[in-house]
Amino acid sequence: MNMIMESTSPNQPVPLNMEGLDTPPLTLSQLAWRRFRRHRMAIFGAIVLTLLIIYALAGSLVYPESYANHTDTSLRLLAPSMEHPFGTDSVGRDILARTIYGGQISLLIGITAVIIETLAGILIGALAGYYGGWIDSLLMRITEAMLNIPEIFLLIVMAKFFGGNIPEIEFIGRTFSGSVIVIVVIIGLTSWMYLARIVRAQFLSLKENEFVLAAHATGTSNAQIIFLHILPNSIAPIVVSATLGVANAILAEAYISFLGLGVQPPTATWGNMLDGANNYLESAPWLWFFPGLLILLTVLSINFLGDGMRDALDPRSRAV
Amino acid sequence: MAMTKPVLLEVSDLRTRFHTPEGTVFAVNGISFHVDEGETVAVVGESGCGKSVSMISLLKLIPTPPGDVYAGTVIYRGSDLLQKSEQEMEDIRGKEIAMIFQDPMTSLNPVLTVGRQISESLRVHLGHSHELAESRTVELLELVGIPDAARRVYDYPHQFSGGMRQRVMIAMALSCAPSLLIADEPTTALDVTIQAQIVELVARLRESLHMAVIWITHDLGVVAGMADRVIVMYAGFIVEEASVEDLYDSPSHPYTMALLGALPRVDRRRDQRLKSIPGSPPNLLVEPRGCPFAPRCDFVIEKCRQENPSLIQIGNSHSTACWVDVKTGAPR
Amino acid sequence: MSDSTALVEVQDLKKHFPVSRGIIFRSRVGLVRAVDGVSFSIQRGETLGMVGESGCGKTTVGRTMLGLYPATSGNVVIDGEDILHARGKDQLRIRRKAQIIFQDPYASLNPRWTVNSIVSEPMRVHKLFASDKERSERARELLRFVGLSPHLLNRFPHEFSGGQRQRIGIARALASDPLFIVCDEPISALDVSIQAQVVNLLEDLQDQFGLTFLFIAHDLSMVRHICDRVTVLYLGVMVELADRDELYENPLHPYTKALLSAVPIPDPRKDRARKRTILTGDVPSPINPPSGCRFHTRCPIAMDVCKKEVPEWREAAPKHWVACHAVTGG
Repeated sequence: MNMIMESTSPNQPVPLNMEGLDTPPLTLSQLAWRRFRRHRMAIFGAIVLTLLIIYALAGSLVYPESYANHTDTSLRLLAPSMEHPFGTDSVGRDILARTIYGGQISLLIGITAVIIETLAGILIGALAGYYGGWIDSLLMRITEAMLNIPEIFLLIVMAKFFGGNIPEIEFIGRTFSGSVIVIVVIIGLTSWMYLARIVRAQFLSLKENEFVLAAHATGTSNAQIIFLHILPNSIAPIVVSATLGVANAILAEAYISFLGLGVQPPTATWGNMLDGANNYLESAPWLWFFPGLLILLTVLSINFLGDGMRDALDPRSRAV
Repeated sequence: MAMTKPVLLEVSDLRTRFHTPEGTVFAVNGISFHVDEGETVAVVGESGCGKSVSMISLLKLIPTPPGDVYAGTVIYRGSDLLQKSEQEMEDIRGKEIAMIFQDPMTSLNPVLTVGRQISESLRVHLGHSHELAESRTVELLELVGIPDAARRVYDYPHQFSGGMRQRVMIAMALSCAPSLLIADEPTTALDVTIQAQIVELVARLRESLHMAVIWITHDLGVVAGMADRVIVMYAGFIVEEASVEDLYDSPSHPYTMALLGALPRVDRRRDQRLKSIPGSPPNLLVEPRGCPFAPRCDFVIEKCRQENPSLIQIGNSHSTACWVDVKTGAPR
Repeated sequence: MSDSTALVEVQDLKKHFPVSRGIIFRSRVGLVRAVDGVSFSIQRGETLGMVGESGCGKTTVGRTMLGLYPATSGNVVIDGEDILHARGKDQLRIRRKAQIIFQDPYASLNPRWTVNSIVSEPMRVHKLFASDKERSERARELLRFVGLSPHLLNRFPHEFSGGQRQRIGIARALASDPLFIVCDEPISALDVSIQAQVVNLLEDLQDQFGLTFLFIAHDLSMVRHICDRVTVLYLGVMVELADRDELYENPLHPYTKALLSAVPIPDPRKDRARKRTILTGDVPSPINPPSGCRFHTRCPIAMDVCKKEVPEWREAAPKHWVACHAVTGG
C-alpha cells in the first residue's frame, strides 16, 4: 500500500493530459426526465392523477367525514343539483362527499397493496434469478402455482375467510374497518407473481454482465451485489410494474366490493359505491356514473403515466 | 498505372447531417472523391469520422427523418444518384451497386434459408426463372468457397459460422454481378485467419468480375494489403487521399501520420512507445470552424484554427487537406 | 513443472460448460470443453500474452483463474496462495492481490453508480482507509494516475467515451493495490489511436507499481509490442509458448505460423510480398474437439499420428515449448 501513497517517484513517466469532460453533468434522473417530458400522454396522465389525488385529499377540508356517512332517507335518490352536485344515494348520502372519502380509501388500498406486492415480488424474483438452481425451481413453482389460481376466486375465498375478523384501525385521522387491511393484504399477496417473474428475468440476464463479474472479482458479497449492483439496474420494470399495479389494485378492490365482499359500508370506496348502484342502474345512473368515472380516470391516467415511465427509464437508450 | 481507367463513380461535395433532439449532427461535411472501374478504394478512419455514413448516403439509404443528405452530387455512370427516385434506386441497389456490412447476422433474414434470399435477388433484379435462380445460387455459393453448396443452400443463416455467413453475404451481393461493391467493415468482427480468407476471396472475385470495391475500415493493416487508393477521413472531412504506396511511404497529413504512428508491428521488434494522439475526436454537434484536427495536431499554426483547409494536390494522385508541409514544418 | 519463484502459477486448469437439452426434463447432452488443461506461470513484473482466435478459451482462462467461473479442475496459485479453493476471509485477501480489466467498456462499469462509487468499491470491500472521505481522496488520486481529471468523480459512466471508461476500469483495478491484473482484451473495443493511449498507460502503470499482467488479446501486433512472453491457444489447449521475439521470429507450431502469416502488415510492399498460409475451413466446435492433436483437421502438415495421439508439450528450443508431432517428433 505504501508504494501508491507516493505520488512522485524518480522514474515518474510523463503524465497524460488530465482529461475532463466538456459536457455539463447529466445524472440518470435528468436523462430520464428529459425522455419523460416528450411523452405528452404521460404528462397528461400525471396532471390528471395529481388532480384526482388533490380531489381526494383536499375534498376532506370541504366536507367532513360525518357528512359523507350521514343518512337521510327523505333525501334518497335525488338527481344531481346545486345542493348535491353528484346526487344522493339510496339512503340519502351525498355522493360527492362519498366519492371524496371513497377516493381516499381506494387510493390508499392501491398504494399499500402495491408496496406489499412490490417487496414480495422483488425478494422472490431476485433470489430466484440470482441463485438459480433449486432455489429458483422452488420459488418458480410456488409462483406458478399462485398464478394458476384465478385471482378473483382467491380474493373471494380469502375475503370470506378473513373479513369481519380484523378489528378497526385508526389512521390519518380516520377510522377504517378491518376489512381494508384484509383487502390490502389479499391484493398484495395475489399480485406479486408478475413482478417476481420480471425481476427474475432481469436478474438472470444482468448477473452475467461484466460489471457484476467485476464486483465478484473485487470480492463484493452476494447480498451487496444483489441489492446494490443488480437491483438498481432493474428499477425500470419495477417502477412501471408498481405504477400499473396501483391501477390494478384499485380495480381489484372495485371487483371485490362490487361482489359485496370488500370494504363494508358505511365506509365508502368507489368499488362499494358501484355495488350500491346495482339495483338502480337505469333509474338512478348517477349512483354508478360518478364513482365509475373516477375509477376510469384514475386507471387511465395511471396507465399513461406508466407508459411514459417505461419509455423514460428504458436503459437501452444510452444517449438522449 | 499505365492506362487510365474510366471513372465509375464521381462524388462531389457530399454533405449529410442528422437532426436530433440535441441539435444537428454534422456527419459528412463536403467530401469529393472518385472511383475508377475495377479499382479498390479504401476509406479509412476511426469511429465517428463519417466513413460509413457517407457510403450509405451514396445509396440513399440514410433514414430521412432524422437524416438529411443536403448537398452534393453522386454521379454514377453519368447520372446523379441523389436525384433519383426510390424506385430507380431500387433498381440500382443490389444490381449495379451492392453493399455488404459488418454483421451478417443482422443483414441476413434469420427466418429464410440462404438459398431463398439469394435467389430472390436474382429473380427480382435479373428476372431469372425459379429453376435458373436456384442453380445459379448454388454456383454462387461454390464461387465464394462454401463447401457442400448444393446441400447448404437449404440452411438458415444461424447454421453458418461467422466467416461462412460473411461469404453468404458476399454471394448475395455479387449475385447480379454489380460494377461496384461497397464493403462496410466486413472483416472487423472476424478472426484474423478468417479475415485473411475473406480478403483473399474478395480480391479474387474482383479480378474475375472486373468489379470496383470501396472498402470501409479502420484497420490500416488490411488496407495495405488490398487497396489501390486510400482515402482518410476525420470528423466528416477527407483529410488525405493517395495511392496506397504513397500513403504509407509519405503520409502528408498529421492525422494520417499519427494513425500510422499508433500502430504496433507484428514483423518488427519493438523499438519505441506507440504514438498516441492527445485529446479526443471533435463534437459533431458543432458546425466545424477551421481544421477539425487542429486541437490535437502537432503541426498546428494559427491559420489552421481560422480556415479549414481544402484538399490540395501535392503529387500525382496524392492530395492532403493541410496548411503545413509536414516534411519541413513550414506552411504551404 | 512447478516454479516457486513465480507470482502466478496455473496448473492443468480445466473449465467445461455443460450443454443441456430439453424443456421439461433437462438432460446433459454434451460438454463445451472451453479450457481443457492449461498450465503456465508468470514471473513478478512480467507481462504474459495469451493469444488465439474465437473459441480458443483465452477469456475463459482469464476468468476461471480468478475464480469468477467455478473451475472444473486444476490449481491456481497467486503469491503463494491457492485462489480456487480459498473461502471467506482467505478468499477476500487473495482477491485483493489479483484484479481484472474487461473488454467491453460499456458493460464493465455499473451504469447506475458514480465513478467515485465504482473506483472506491474495492477499498470499501477490503476495508482500506477509515472513511468515505479518505476513500474518495484516494479515488481522486487514482483518476489522476489514469489521466482523468479528479473533478469527474461524481459523473456517471454514460457521460464518458469508450477509452475513458476503460481507464476508469483500470483505476478500479488499481484501487485494491493488486500485484497481478488479468487484462481481458482491454483494448479490442477501442479505436486505434485510443488503443495506443491505453496501452501506453498500462505500461506506465506497470513500471510505476511493479504490476504483473496476463494480457489476453487477439491482436498479434499489439501483443508483440507489450508482452515479454507469449502463449498461443487453440480450442482450449496451449500449442506454443516462448519469449516474445523468439515466437514471432521463429514460430514452430503450424497454427502459430498460419496465425502470424494472416496478420496484416501496414506496409503495402511488404504485405503483398508475403507468403500467406491460408487455413481452410472453420474452427471446430469445442463440444467435440478433434481426436489426437486438435489442430489436425486444418493443419497443412498433418500426419497419421496427429489424428491418433495428443502431442506432448516439449521444450523444442531453449525456453520455447511446443505441442506438435512434426516439431518434436513425438
